[in-house]
Amino acid sequence: MSERLSAADVAKVARMARLNISAADVERYTQQLDGMLDHFADIDNLQLADVQPMTQPFTLVNVLRADVEQPCLDREEVLGAAPAAEQGRFRVPPSGGEDE
Amino acid sequence: MSNFSTATSIAHNVASGARSAASVVEEHLQRIGQREEEVHAFNLVTSAEARKRAADIDARIARGENVGPLAGVPIALKDNMCTRGVPTTCSSKILEGWKPPYNATVVDKLFAAGAVFVGKTNLDEFAMGSSTENSAFGPTRNPLDTSRVPGGSSGGSAAAVAAGFAAVSLGSDTGGSIRQPAALCGVVGVKPTYGLVSRYGLVAFASSLDQIGPFSHSVADAALLTEVIAGHDPMDSTSIPKPAPSLVSVLGRGVEGMRIGRVADLPEGADADVLARLDAAFVALEKAGATIVDVKLPSLSYALTAYYLIAPAEASSNLARYDGVRYGNRVAANDMNNMYADTRAAGFGDEVKRRIMLGTYALSAGYYDAYYGKALKVRRLISNDFAAAYANADVILTPTSPTVAFPFGAKTDDPLTMYLCDIFTIPTNLAGHPAMSVPFGTGQANMPVGVQILAPTLGEEAMFKVAAVLESAA
Amino acid sequence: MIDNGLPEGWELVVGLEVHVELATKTKLFSGSPNRFGDEPNTNIDPVTLGLPGALPVLNQHAVELAMRIGLALNCTVKPSTFHRKNYFYPDLSKAYQITQYDEPLNVDGFLMLPGGVRIGVERAHMEEDTGKSTHFGGAGGRIHGSDYSLIDFNRAGVPLVEIVSHPDVRTAEQARQYVNELRAILVAVGASDAKMEEGSMRCDANVSVRKYGAELGTRCEIKNVNSVRSLGKAIEYEARRQIDVLETGGTIRQETRHWDETDGRTHTLRAKVDANDYRYFLEPDLVMLAPDAEWVERVRAALPVLPAARRTNLAVLTGVDEDSEAIAVVVERGQDTYIEEVKNSGGDAGRALVWVQQSFAEEGNAPRLPAKDLAALTVLERDGKLTATQAKTVLGDMLEAGGGDPAAIAASKGFEALDTSVIEGFVDEGIAAQPDAWAKYCAGEEKAMGALVGTIMKLSKGKADGKVVTAILQQRRGS
Repeated sequence: MSERLSAADVAKVARMARLNISAADVERYTQQLDGMLDHFADIDNLQLADVQPMTQPFTLVNVLRADVEQPCLDREEVLGAAPAAEQGRFRVPPSGGEDE
Repeated sequence: MSNFSTATSIAHNVASGARSAASVVEEHLQRIGQREEEVHAFNLVTSAEARKRAADIDARIARGENVGPLAGVPIALKDNMCTRGVPTTCSSKILEGWKPPYNATVVDKLFAAGAVFVGKTNLDEFAMGSSTENSAFGPTRNPLDTSRVPGGSSGGSAAAVAAGFAAVSLGSDTGGSIRQPAALCGVVGVKPTYGLVSRYGLVAFASSLDQIGPFSHSVADAALLTEVIAGHDPMDSTSIPKPAPSLVSVLGRGVEGMRIGRVADLPEGADADVLARLDAAFVALEKAGATIVDVKLPSLSYALTAYYLIAPAEASSNLARYDGVRYGNRVAANDMNNMYADTRAAGFGDEVKRRIMLGTYALSAGYYDAYYGKALKVRRLISNDFAAAYANADVILTPTSPTVAFPFGAKTDDPLTMYLCDIFTIPTNLAGHPAMSVPFGTGQANMPVGVQILAPTLGEEAMFKVAAVLESAA
Repeated sequence: MIDNGLPEGWELVVGLEVHVELATKTKLFSGSPNRFGDEPNTNIDPVTLGLPGALPVLNQHAVELAMRIGLALNCTVKPSTFHRKNYFYPDLSKAYQITQYDEPLNVDGFLMLPGGVRIGVERAHMEEDTGKSTHFGGAGGRIHGSDYSLIDFNRAGVPLVEIVSHPDVRTAEQARQYVNELRAILVAVGASDAKMEEGSMRCDANVSVRKYGAELGTRCEIKNVNSVRSLGKAIEYEARRQIDVLETGGTIRQETRHWDETDGRTHTLRAKVDANDYRYFLEPDLVMLAPDAEWVERVRAALPVLPAARRTNLAVLTGVDEDSEAIAVVVERGQDTYIEEVKNSGGDAGRALVWVQQSFAEEGNAPRLPAKDLAALTVLERDGKLTATQAKTVLGDMLEAGGGDPAAIAASKGFEALDTSVIEGFVDEGIAAQPDAWAKYCAGEEKAMGALVGTIMKLSKGKADGKVVTAILQQRRGS
């Protein structure tokens, strides 16, 4: 194994992605992801300094819509599909301090 | 071609009154009743709605109305396209039971064209996979040999057509998810040019790669369905602002004088039986008056790497919204972050988690340039390679899949082995070009082999002309 | 060296980040209404809620308003892109915010404060707002220790422009002036109602201190400032806090701090386990925004005269100092054109400015009183036909009636400016009644004049012109 990434990296990434995974799973994912990154090292030696990144296949510019109101979704239908709702709003557990 | 009726003939017969839409639907529902338990093509069969819609179409035809080019055609939709009031799960526990409050643009277009919607088809969870083994609701089986996979991720849509459960179906193709299962199930599958078909209402996997396209028994059906679903949609900013192309009308024109590209430096990995059918396809096209030219695509071998960095990166962001707040399922917890992490751990399957983590890592501080940033540059190289190749060729022919349909479990141990199934289909998604798979005989175990036709941006006409010739030579 | 209110030798360095909600009918990327105060979760659509399959499409009017802001702040409008800023929070429906990152729409502008201080504007970029979380239970609705939160997505997707200044602000007063001036510009160009109380304008301050001539200090970002007054107080508090830390040998940690209005302090938020890593990448669902020169020029040409130029114009017109309160207030109310009309009707612009500032607070930018009527009043006043007190009474009647001939109203009230000889008589009586005050005044005690004028005005029953009385007193004293 090449150890391109460590179990600690995987645990951190899982935390960032809000995935609660077990220690055993961290080990397994580390091995799998490491194997992939090893394979993906085939592009490491390409000369890419002068290459423009390509983010979209078809280049369009200034795609805009008029500022005109469209019908809204029905609140009761939407809240009815939510895991928890009250007083016309979505209910969630307390944030535990991490705030934006 | 199979013995099932084509969409073209069904629409013709229903519109002319030769057959009722109701009888067409019953015929398909009957086949579903006979084999669905064994094949498991669907997450949901909408029999009641199908019967109601068929009756409505018959009534409108009786009143002399024109009900559209897909009059009474039974169609199945991959379960990652939003259907108002009808569960849309992406074959994921996290969305199980969710009923979208709106229709995808393609769904509205199909209804407006008179299609009859028979159900939502199974897929690899969130379209991540090449065998439909990653569905949270169990795998789909290949109707031609139920010990084998149908391919993926649109395995349910491919199987539904191959088994005669629907005359046509829609899938989505991010790295080969229409073409590869089409090849493995012996049907036609098309990935249109990126931006030709609206993505509005398609649950995103990788936004810059996803594209909706048809499965069908015949090239003509695929052309017809592409015409119906294509065209500019103001709800999708990446939709190409042009009218839908006219494709059915070009089918009989042949390939006389066309230049067909053969990739001189094709990446290794395809089985001999598959390569033999590709050679046969070149022979058939040459015989029909086309010229075979060698093209080089030196960056093609890097496509897999670029794809498996870009697609998971976009997916990690696209799938972050499944957090248990507004819809879908939640695992209760005493604080927000535990609720997120438990909900997502319970709701997503193994492959989805793997790709979310890979993508998160590829975008994270300190690794962006080495992984995601570099992958975007490789994407450009591949696009440039294609541009150079298309200076000398009108279309390019490759295998669709390196192998015929494989047995269950054959590639589930190592994720990378499964990723290699997409080696020939991925490059077109990166470039945004159209491509399609056409059945062209059989290989090992008498399983079907597909030949893939690649064309430049908006090159659907040339692609379909070639497909029609291959279909008649198969 | 500028007086910043800090201990000697310390320099305050502030950069301001102002978020402003744009006055569009609909959201930045979808057609649900952009409307404050509606029932929770009624202005929602698939894009706003981040439903699976929903896609954003950019609002053209929002782009126009963002360009107006950029051009009014002397920015260059450039080809720009949108990124995804990824983080999890319940009021962020997609778990990413669409925002302009390394290629913003407007760059390299500036804003001149009254008094000529130039504050550089680094960028003014577009982004979407989040929904609103309300915390329940626990310690009185705060985030910390609450039992649960409720989320309303009406605000999610509302178009914002974030205006980022260079760290050019040197005093709390300048920060206040910057925000006031920015607000005046935003209102003038129609980009926003810019109400800090309603949250349609929100201001964060990056505050640091340093010894004069030293390198820039470590900055803290101050959030949760809800008024211009609080902004000044928060900056002053934070600067002193940092100086205290530094002077006692401590170091400043780069962090986000919340301003608490009730205790008048800034507070640090709980430290995070992982540093924020937003994993920015280009939003693949949107395309480049690149307004062409023709579009930019069309927007520029349609810009109204901006507050600073209007203040200059009004100052010239009225002969009043440009940085005076009266000029600022009247321009902010948009009543400067009205004063121009008064002047064009032959009125006295200086007197009109006084009356408009004092009595037109409720009138808006199109006062009901015909400009010619106010013009006539100011002429009577200038010509000594009415005292200021009388003019105010007449104006009151005119405002109530929505117009009228001031001369007729004055006559009906028996207002006539008194002849100077009559006033001289009242002055005699006044001096006789206040001999001590007169003596003090003659001895050079200016304060004593107030008592004399007051007595004389009372004797004349308010009909004497105060200015004339003062002039006579000065003349008699011989100064």
